[in-house]
Amino acid sequence: MILELAQVQIHGRSGGGSCVQNDGFCPDWITSNLDRYVDPFLQQVFLVVVSVAVGFLIAGALALLAHRRRWLVGPIIGVTGVLYTIPSLAAFFLLQPITGRGKLTATIALVGYTLLIIFRNVTTGLRGVPEEAKDAGRGLGFTDNQLLWRVEVPLALPEIMAGLRIASTTTVGLATLAFFAGAGGLGERFVGSQIVFKSNVVVAGGLCVLLAIALDLVILGAQRVLTPWTRARSA
Amino acid sequence: MTAATPAATLEFRRATKRYSGQSRPAVEELSLTVPAGEICVLVGPSGCGKTTAMRMVNRMTDITEGDIRLDGASVRERSPAELRREIGYVIQQIGLFPHLTIGENVATVPRLLGWDKDRIRGRVDQLLALVSLDPADIRDRYPAQLSGGQRQRVGVARALAADPPLMLMDEPFGAIDPINRERLQNEFLRLQAEIRKTVVFVTHDIDEAIKMGDKIAIMKEGGKLAQYAPPAELLMHPGDPFVEDFVGADRALKRLALQRVRDIDLWTAPLVRTGEPVAEVRAKLEEADVQIPLLVDAEGRPVGWLSERGLAGERVREELRSRPDPRIEMDDVLRDALADLIQAETRYAPVVDARGRAAGILSIEVIGHALNVPQEEVPAS
Repeated sequence: MILELAQVQIHGRSGGGSCVQNDGFCPDWITSNLDRYVDPFLQQVFLVVVSVAVGFLIAGALALLAHRRRWLVGPIIGVTGVLYTIPSLAAFFLLQPITGRGKLTATIALVGYTLLIIFRNVTTGLRGVPEEAKDAGRGLGFTDNQLLWRVEVPLALPEIMAGLRIASTTTVGLATLAFFAGAGGLGERFVGSQIVFKSNVVVAGGLCVLLAIALDLVILGAQRVLTPWTRARSA
Repeated sequence: MTAATPAATLEFRRATKRYSGQSRPAVEELSLTVPAGEICVLVGPSGCGKTTAMRMVNRMTDITEGDIRLDGASVRERSPAELRREIGYVIQQIGLFPHLTIGENVATVPRLLGWDKDRIRGRVDQLLALVSLDPADIRDRYPAQLSGGQRQRVGVARALAADPPLMLMDEPFGAIDPINRERLQNEFLRLQAEIRKTVVFVTHDIDEAIKMGDKIAIMKEGGKLAQYAPPAELLMHPGDPFVEDFVGADRALKRLALQRVRDIDLWTAPLVRTGEPVAEVRAKLEEADVQIPLLVDAEGRPVGWLSERGLAGERVREELRSRPDPRIEMDDVLRDALADLIQAETRYAPVVDARGRAAGILSIEVIGHALNVPQEEVPAS
């Protein structure tokens, strides 16, 4: 959706050059201009990784807080839900008077979008822990804290990791707009430079997709390492 | 198995559990003592408070009034987590941790107690072997890779890990199919004969209660104790109509599973040997309950029932009318012995001791008589 939005704007302003002039798809231009994408790409990676990590810490802490205080779940979902529905562009501009232009503003906004997703998944994961495993754990002498960290959190991991995957993929998309907050990123390549044409969209868009896939694979890999039991089936 | 920790005596003292908002208590003034090393079965219909009563012992449910004492010390004065590490806990759903291997599951309590790695590893293997599982094969598998029966055994091994003086078992075999349940029950009884723990065993199945219990506490609606007695006494003298109804109309038959042949008065057999004067045999038969002489060999082992022709001369000759089958053993329960008699279409059969020597005659009349013995004569099961 965001890519489409960017594309519409690109069509509005084509740049110079022969193939380039025709707003075409130009492999030659791409190979000679790849270096232009390195910095925006790294900025994009930074934005996504930091935002998801911070979002995970905050949402995770909120979920643990609400785990033993069920009444907190409703209000937290309400607040993070409101954050989630604020249009991202609006959020970037709304924050600017307070935090100025730059990475901080972009990160704060992006973190806001991860909270609902991660909170919901951590909460669902913790709730899905089999009652009998918790009962046995208590009966064997785990304290509440030991039960949480040694039984409940590990068993909620598949759900937690699923939340991280959705959050990171979503954030890759949203972070293309972080350019409006002055935080750079691949979005700059879509809308910010003079070179706005199909080749650019293909490269910048392609990098976004690759980044999303790469992050997804990283989290998936971590999940496989952390949850070997989920692959253990009846022998 | 090193029985390091001796079993504990467990005492309920008017233990009561009330849930707020409910007029009737879940458990009302439960008082009973489980002697060290015995299995006490809490049995009753659903909603009778048997599980609540059990869970009060390790404070999974807190006591409202009264007290529960372990070797004289109140459980109310202990921190719940520490108390629970000293009490084995097995539940129907078993509750193995799906994310931990079997070895790690069994090691749960030793880890909480901070044992060192080598000691834990040794203990895990010892316990898995104790519950008839192959440690090398099963130690590194996950619960999802085990059958229901195997998981149940692991649950018992995990509960025994720190050698607790008391075990709480809430319908431990309830989710197992009948054939495997019987096997697991027998295995547990064999294990218990070895480890001699104090056990509180909850079930809704009276047959399981009779089989497993040294004593049975029958509970009824409202968390009241209806009767607390050894199985045989419960079957012979139900304390009230509720207990009578609960143990079932076939309670006389159930008693057959409790008494062993060695526990009852057998008929004396008219034992004869080849070459014995026939006149003496005739005298023996006058006093015997069975009118057919049982021929035995030099060691006293039954050879067969003697025919009339064997008594035709001056001395007994080996002329058999039939083989001495079935041979009943002293350790057989009456139910199995009766089944043998019926199977062989006979009214009586010789009973042999551990060395195979004839020790008496078991007959259907003897069994019938045993079922009618007044309470005082009921042997301890």
